[in-house]
Amino acid sequence: MLARDDQDSLKRTPLHGLHVSLGGKMVPFAGYDMPVQYPAGVLKEHLHTRASAGLFDVSHMGQIALRPKSGRVEDAARALERLVPQDIVAIAAGRQRYAQFTNEDGGILDDLMVANFGDHLFLVVNAACKDADEAHLRANLSEDCVIDSLADRALIALQGPKAEAALAKLCAEAPAMKFMDSGPRKVAGLDCFVSRSGYTGEDGFEISVPAADAERLAKTLLENPDVLPIGLGARDSLRLEAGLCLYGHDIDTMTTPVEAALEWSVQKSRRSGGVRAGGFPGAEKILAHFDNGAARRRVGLLAQGRAPVREGALLFANDAGGEPIGQVTSGGFGPSLNAPVAMGYVPTSQSALGTQLFAEVRGQRLPVAVAAMPFVKNTYKR
Amino acid sequence: MTTTLYTSDHEWLAIEGDVATVGITDYAQQQLGDVVFVELPKVGRTLKKAEAAAVVESVKAASDVYAPVTGEVLETNAELAAEPALVNSDAQGKAWFFKIKMADRSELGGLMDEAAYKAHTA
Repeated sequence: MLARDDQDSLKRTPLHGLHVSLGGKMVPFAGYDMPVQYPAGVLKEHLHTRASAGLFDVSHMGQIALRPKSGRVEDAARALERLVPQDIVAIAAGRQRYAQFTNEDGGILDDLMVANFGDHLFLVVNAACKDADEAHLRANLSEDCVIDSLADRALIALQGPKAEAALAKLCAEAPAMKFMDSGPRKVAGLDCFVSRSGYTGEDGFEISVPAADAERLAKTLLENPDVLPIGLGARDSLRLEAGLCLYGHDIDTMTTPVEAALEWSVQKSRRSGGVRAGGFPGAEKILAHFDNGAARRRVGLLAQGRAPVREGALLFANDAGGEPIGQVTSGGFGPSLNAPVAMGYVPTSQSALGTQLFAEVRGQRLPVAVAAMPFVKNTYKR
Repeated sequence: MTTTLYTSDHEWLAIEGDVATVGITDYAQQQLGDVVFVELPKVGRTLKKAEAAAVVESVKAASDVYAPVTGEVLETNAELAAEPALVNSDAQGKAWFFKIKMADRSELGGLMDEAAYKAHTA
């Protein structure tokens, strides 16, 4: 149990009171007092999200506006390209893209979403990294951009096959949006930013709403019997089944985007031979990984038994003897798969689908196989 | 006549003669959440009091179940291994973990009766 002092020092999102009133089991996460689950429990919350719709409070994440001093959004895009290996200039107005802040060693400082709102860029970054990210932006982009921390906004994710119908009742424009569309929209008459995205592998939306209106919007969405509140526990099992990286676990300052199997997120224009090749921190190492391959790679792992293989489990080539060849970075039970699922890093030479490996769990080596991700087919509306 | 006692680590023991049937309490299963896997000790293994004897895993985390007394494992619950969710539906009934032949009944002296356990979890 936490001492009283620790609990008091935790920050609260604008939906904290709602979580408590809904019976949320509150735990510390990234400096915030957050619901890990509600009375329904992780398993039911997870399955409900895949079958119907789940509402997640992700207000702990950082929302940042990057406003070009010139007034031209492409100047903000060019400036941001100095910090990420993605093609930001090519993001059309009303669209967003997944990106990473890299460091001089080619490692990942954070992963984020970047949206083009026409006259500025809108960024969503991880809670645990948001202060460092903001300082990083200020230190590097202040000449070209005003960095505006949107701390007065909450962020609500609505995910699952019934998310579209649920949001359509409050935002007539929502159904017309495609995966990764993003921009200002009225939701229940409120000035929101809506993107068709999320981190569960399901179709769905993320809704940025003024903090003062967040509880009212969340309650209105929850009046729909298809929508249940979902805690961080199910958020984690959903993103794991979707094969998505959790920063600080599956990716960090020691992993390059190539090692992390995130090549798809780095557009050709920024790679060797591209029109704006390089020019981001760690470009030399990251482009070398693109050109020559990296020694290790993030892969999906399916256990053959029922025992969950969790973060930190060492991976071996054989059922006895030898040195570890890798480590699990995320792992647990996948409720939709009804089986244990994990991801981790292995030598690239042992990363082919179907490769038989062993994970050490409580002193026993359990057979696992390298498997394709996502583990559960995603249902994005493209 | 069966006597039920409890540990501060949230195991229950139903005692008949020198055999104790061991499981985790309803309070413990509520704290754990949805149980998806249990690992039971091998029959014939001798457990020392407070030694990790079994593992119970929820979607989120793995937790040890400790031997509440010293003794030899006589039997484990195959039905539970096949259906771990029994821990959530019937923690203090069908979801027993193992039966142990107690080596030293004096170890029971440190355990709680139901009233004391209720106070412990209140």
